[in-house]
Amino acid sequence: MAELCGVIGIGQTKYDAKRIDVSMPGLLREAALKALDDAELTFADIDAVVVGKAPDMFEGVMLPENYLSDALGASGKPLLRVHTAGSVGGSTGNVAMSLVQAGIHDRVLAVAWEKQSESNAMWGLTLSPPFSVAVVAGAGGYFAPLIHAYIRRSGAPEDTGIRTALKDRQNALKNPLAHLQIPDIDFEKIANSPMLWDPIRYLESCPSSDGACAMVLAKEDLAERTSTPPAWVHATAMRSEPNQFPGRDAVNPQAGRDCSAELYKKAGISDPRKEIDCAEIYVPFSWFEAMWMENLGFAPEGEGWKMVYEGATALDGDLPVNMSGGVLSSNAIGASGLIRYAEAAMQVRGQAGEHQVDGARRTLGHAYGGGSQYFSMCMFGAAKP
Amino acid sequence: MRDVGIVSFAQSNAASELRNEVEILLPVVKEAVKQSGLARNEIDFTCSGSSDFLQGQPFAFVMALDGVGAWPPIAESHVEMDGAWALYEAWVKIQTGEMDSALVYSFGKTSPGDLAEVLALQLDPYCVTQLWPDADSIAGIQARLWLERSGQSERDLAEVAARSLADAKQNPHAVAKGDFDAEKLLSEPYRCSPLRDHDCPANADGATAMVIAADDTAKRVSKRPVWIRGLDHRIDPPALGVRDLARARSAEIAAGKAGVGAGKLDFAELDAPYTHQEWILREALGLGDGVRINPSGGSLCTRTLFSCGLNRIGDAWARLAAGEGDRAVALATQGHCLQQNLVCVLEGE
Repeated sequence: MAELCGVIGIGQTKYDAKRIDVSMPGLLREAALKALDDAELTFADIDAVVVGKAPDMFEGVMLPENYLSDALGASGKPLLRVHTAGSVGGSTGNVAMSLVQAGIHDRVLAVAWEKQSESNAMWGLTLSPPFSVAVVAGAGGYFAPLIHAYIRRSGAPEDTGIRTALKDRQNALKNPLAHLQIPDIDFEKIANSPMLWDPIRYLESCPSSDGACAMVLAKEDLAERTSTPPAWVHATAMRSEPNQFPGRDAVNPQAGRDCSAELYKKAGISDPRKEIDCAEIYVPFSWFEAMWMENLGFAPEGEGWKMVYEGATALDGDLPVNMSGGVLSSNAIGASGLIRYAEAAMQVRGQAGEHQVDGARRTLGHAYGGGSQYFSMCMFGAAKP
Repeated sequence: MRDVGIVSFAQSNAASELRNEVEILLPVVKEAVKQSGLARNEIDFTCSGSSDFLQGQPFAFVMALDGVGAWPPIAESHVEMDGAWALYEAWVKIQTGEMDSALVYSFGKTSPGDLAEVLALQLDPYCVTQLWPDADSIAGIQARLWLERSGQSERDLAEVAARSLADAKQNPHAVAKGDFDAEKLLSEPYRCSPLRDHDCPANADGATAMVIAADDTAKRVSKRPVWIRGLDHRIDPPALGVRDLARARSAEIAAGKAGVGAGKLDFAELDAPYTHQEWILREALGLGDGVRINPSGGSLCTRTLFSCGLNRIGDAWARLAAGEGDRAVALATQGHCLQQNLVCVLEGE
C-alpha cells in the first residue's frame, strides 16, 4: 500500500499585482528557496520537481517550465508539468504527493505559479478560436449566472457575498503575504464598489496577482526528522466532469460532491463540519464560499449562505474558511490551489502566525477550475493518518 | 513496484487536415478503449497531454474532455507535455495502489500555425524569443556540433533518413515514406546547414490513446502481456549555450534509471525528429549496431507534436504484443534539442 507523505517545507512569495522586481525564474526561486529553508534542505536534497500553472498564454511562454528548470534545480532530475485549469495548484500538489506515496521518490518539490503581469489573463481567456463562440467576459462573466442561479435556488440574502468578501479582506490584513491589504475595509466600502458582473462587485472579486507557492514533500521516515512537525497527507482526491451537457448542475457540481465524498472516505471522516478544524477553499468570487460549503458537505443544500451569515466561517467561527484571506486577496491563478494546500498545511504545523486557528489538527485544502468542473482536494493532519 | 502493462493503443492517421482536435481524438480514444477489453467504467484513471499554444486557446484539454466523456465524473489529470508524460503520471497513480488501470491520451494540431515560430516561444522569453530563432535553425546548430564531435558526415544523416522513409512504407499512419537513395538526398539544397529537408521532421496533426493496467487485469485482457519494466524521465538545463548540445545527458540518465542496459534489446523506438538526434540518442542509450532503430519510421517521418512521444511507446508495444521481439526501449522527447527525455523499457511475456 501507499507510503505516507508529509509536507515538510512551505514557501510563498509576496503576492502583488506586478512583481517587477523579479523575473519568472526569480519569482519561482523565491518560493522554492523559502520552502527549502523551511524544510532545512537544499536543491541537492530534492529528487524530482513538479510544476503547475494555468494556461501558458497568461505569460506568453510555451512550456515555461522547460525554461525554468535549472532555476528550480531540476537539471538531471525528473520535471513534470501539470495543467488542470484553475484546479492546477491543487493537482500539482496531488501529483507531487503521489510520487512519494508510490515510493518512487523520497523528497519532491512542488511549485505552482503565475506571473500575470507578463501578459493579460482577460485577453488570454477571451481569444476567438475557430469553430467556437468567444465569450468576451473573462471568468467573472462566466460565473455570474451560476451565482444568480444559486441565489434563486437558495433564497440567500443578497448581501451574503459582501459578508464573505468582508471576512476574507479582514483576514488578509493578518497575512503579510496577501496581495490586497485594505486597512479601512468595511461593509459599505464593498457594497458601494462598482458592479462588475451582476451580482459580483469589484471588491467581491479576486485580483490579478504575480506569485508562486512551493511545497517540499517527503516520505515518512524523512518527514519525521524535521524540527517543525510535518503536515501529514491523510488523503487526496481529484474529479472532473464535462463542461456542457443538458442536465449538468454547474451550481452544485457532481464532480465536487464526488471528490469530497472520496476524500472524506479515505480520510475516515464521517461528519466533515465537526471533524475538520478549518479549510482553505478556492473562492475567486465571494458567493462561491456559500456555494462550496454545500458542495463540500459542510452545509445542507440551500443552506451554505447561513454559515456565512452566522459567522461560522470567520476566523473565530466553528469552521474557519480562508484564514489567509483566500483567493479573494491573492490570485496568482496557477498557484492559487497550491496556496490553499500550503495554508491548510501551515495550520496543522502551527505556522500561520496571526491567522492561525488555535489547535487546528485536521484541515482541508480545495481547488476548482474550468467551468466548475475540475476539482482537487487534500486533507492534512497534525497526526499520522 | 507493481507490474503495469500496456493493453491497447491507437493512433490517428496523421495528416494536415480540417478536423479539429476533438474530432481527430475521439475515434482514437474509442478504438483504444474497445481494444483494451475493459469497459469504460472499469478504467480507474484518465490522464492526457496537450498544449494550449498549439491549439491557440487556453484550456485546450477542456474541450477534449467534453468529447472524450467524463460522466459520471472521473478521476482525471492533464499534463502540458507529450502524452508519454501523461503515461508516466498514470503509471505513478497505479504504483500508489489507489488505481489499477488508466486511459492515457494526447493530441496536437500543428497545421493551423507556423510551427517554427510557435516553438520559439519555448525559449528564454526575456533574451532569446525576441530574436525568433526558428526550431530548424536551432536543430541545425545541434547537428553541426554533433558532426564535429562525432566525426560523422552528412551522409550518416542521410542514411538515417533513407532507412526511416523506407521503414515508414509499412506504417499506415506515417506521412512521409518512400524509397530514397542517400546519395541522391545529399544532392538536395540545405534547409539549415548541415540539415536538409530530409533531416527535418514531417509535421502532422494527430492524436494517440493507450490503456494501461496492473498485474492481473493486464494478464486477463492481453493475449501476450507486455510490461513496462522501466520508466524514467529527466531534463537538461534550457540555455542552448549552457549544455553540451551534442550529447543528451538527460536521456543518458533516464536510460540508466530505466535499466535499458540490463538486457538484450530487439529494437528501439526513438522520438528523434531530426536525423542527427537519432545518433545522439543512440549514443546516450548505448544502443549498438544490433539494435534495430525505429521500425515504424519514427518521428522523422511522422511528427505529431505532443503525441509522437507516446506513439513511439505505442509502436514498440504493438510490435512486442505481436510477438516481433521480446524487449524494446522507447524514448519520448520534448523541448529544443532533446532537452527533456523519457525512457520506457518494455518486455513481452
